[in-house]
Amino acid sequence: MGVIRVHEPGLFTTVQDLGREGLGPLGVSASGAGDAISLRLGNRLVGNVAGAAGLEMTLLGGTFVFPEGALLALTGSDFGATLDGKTVELWTALEAKPGQTLRLGPTRSGARCYLCVRGGIAVESFLGSASTHVLSGLGGFDGRALRKGDVLDTGATNGLTRKRKLSARAVKTMEPRKVLRVTPGPQSDWFDEASHRLFYGSMYRVAEDSNRMGLRLEGVAIPMPPDGGGMVSEGVALGAIQMPEGGQPIILFVEQQTTGGYAKIANVISADFHSLGQLRPRDEIRFERVDWETARDLLRQQEEFLASEELILE
Amino acid sequence: MDLAAGMRAQFQFASDQSLLVYFEQLSEEGRSKDRPLQKQGRDEVGAGRTGAARPPQRQITVQANEKVRKLLRLLELEPVASVRNLHPAYCSLLIKFDALHMRHEELEEILRGYLDRLDEAKLPEPRHLEIPVCYGGEFGADLAEVCALRGLTEAQAIELHASAEYLVYFLGFVPGFAYLGELPEALVTPRLATPRRRVSAGSVGIAGNQTGVYPFATPGGWRLLGRTPMAMFRTDRDGLSLLSIGDRVRFTPISADRFAALEKEWV
Repeated sequence: MGVIRVHEPGLFTTVQDLGREGLGPLGVSASGAGDAISLRLGNRLVGNVAGAAGLEMTLLGGTFVFPEGALLALTGSDFGATLDGKTVELWTALEAKPGQTLRLGPTRSGARCYLCVRGGIAVESFLGSASTHVLSGLGGFDGRALRKGDVLDTGATNGLTRKRKLSARAVKTMEPRKVLRVTPGPQSDWFDEASHRLFYGSMYRVAEDSNRMGLRLEGVAIPMPPDGGGMVSEGVALGAIQMPEGGQPIILFVEQQTTGGYAKIANVISADFHSLGQLRPRDEIRFERVDWETARDLLRQQEEFLASEELILE
Repeated sequence: MDLAAGMRAQFQFASDQSLLVYFEQLSEEGRSKDRPLQKQGRDEVGAGRTGAARPPQRQITVQANEKVRKLLRLLELEPVASVRNLHPAYCSLLIKFDALHMRHEELEEILRGYLDRLDEAKLPEPRHLEIPVCYGGEFGADLAEVCALRGLTEAQAIELHASAEYLVYFLGFVPGFAYLGELPEALVTPRLATPRRRVSAGSVGIAGNQTGVYPFATPGGWRLLGRTPMAMFRTDRDGLSLLSIGDRVRFTPISADRFAALEKEWV
């Protein structure tokens, strides 16, 4: 057991694990890390179970002090981290000595950086998950983003862990994509051929007001299909790409609404969810259609790669 | 597959790890419509929409929704391994599953067994709940306009809204948001053309033939008639949400003084 003192929270920092499934009938989405792969890898680097809770920082990182020391790892995007002024390498476990200060700044790459500590962040588990669901105030640390002065407990550890590092090949393989692969959405065939050509042939920019609920895109407007406005609300999947009146797509993300009434032209494949979590405002993306079998294979391959021994260097 | 009472269940892949089950009414020719219930007004909470409300197809919605609730119930009582989450709606159920352990086709096969037994499923006795509402004034910013649109006095509109017992079709959009229907015909009003950027928690709104209470301050396009001091979603309450799918709900008009008193009492 140790603690982490939050000297600066950063722009938007929450406690996240792999999410809380099962509350769909109450209208609560799963939440969880936006880039679950970075969180899982960070946990492996410090010897935690893959689903241990870590801190998810967004665009601008915080400043944290470890009064009792900690074994930690930073994964995801490069937020220019230093430990007592010394540059910290991403994807590498390192020891913070008692009283040392970890300082992160603005991102130099993608949207999210994860801080994983040996033992995990210890918050009260709510229905089996530590994930913060901000809108409802569920889970995490008091159900909210961290503030200056917060003190977080870390979980029990069993002493030493070897310093681990992610292989260069793994970092390369897991690099976030800007071309997102998608399967057809439930209303895909409501859109005509011309709309599909536009959608798959255009570049979209991530809008400023994107967040964990959804990524709003700006670009070529896709005309609403005839009767598209008359749709009855239905359950929506993570990564669903819905087309509202203005024809500017919205990708539903980890704290998504659970149901919606807009036609969905496509759905980002599960193997590319972690890439969604690293998209920043103004990033430019495209969509590429794959079939169901390919989507399944890509997910399976990704999981096999994540489970492989060569991933982590001791 | 065909179900009793002229209903049909249809499967649709929603994503690589989710499957939609739609319940739809077979039309007179025995053929289902391509898009079930498309004539009902869209019920997106945050959306703006203009134009006259179209007539609801009541029978179909209630019947289909009962199938949704029964399938949800069966899946909760007898969970399927590898199913992770369930998102019910008016006449559909989205089922999230783990694609590393199950294919869409395998889930469909299992669900056919559940659908065959759907009529055996016993829904729990509905709970009857009352929600106190202070109508009009600053709490019901759209009450006057709804009255103007529908040729009602405020007292009539309030009486109409409080006269019906509503069914909780499902909870969706945000935590604890109950889609309630059906609104008395005389109150049916289209949603706002431009949604508000922020609607206060507890606001009671109408849209098309639906009504509902905003559990949290969110953007919203429903027309606001009043506000309740009751918390719709609390993390420190068993069950979290005040309302559950299948509940029956009535609204009770209260004065501004009573609102203030209850708000104080319930904080």
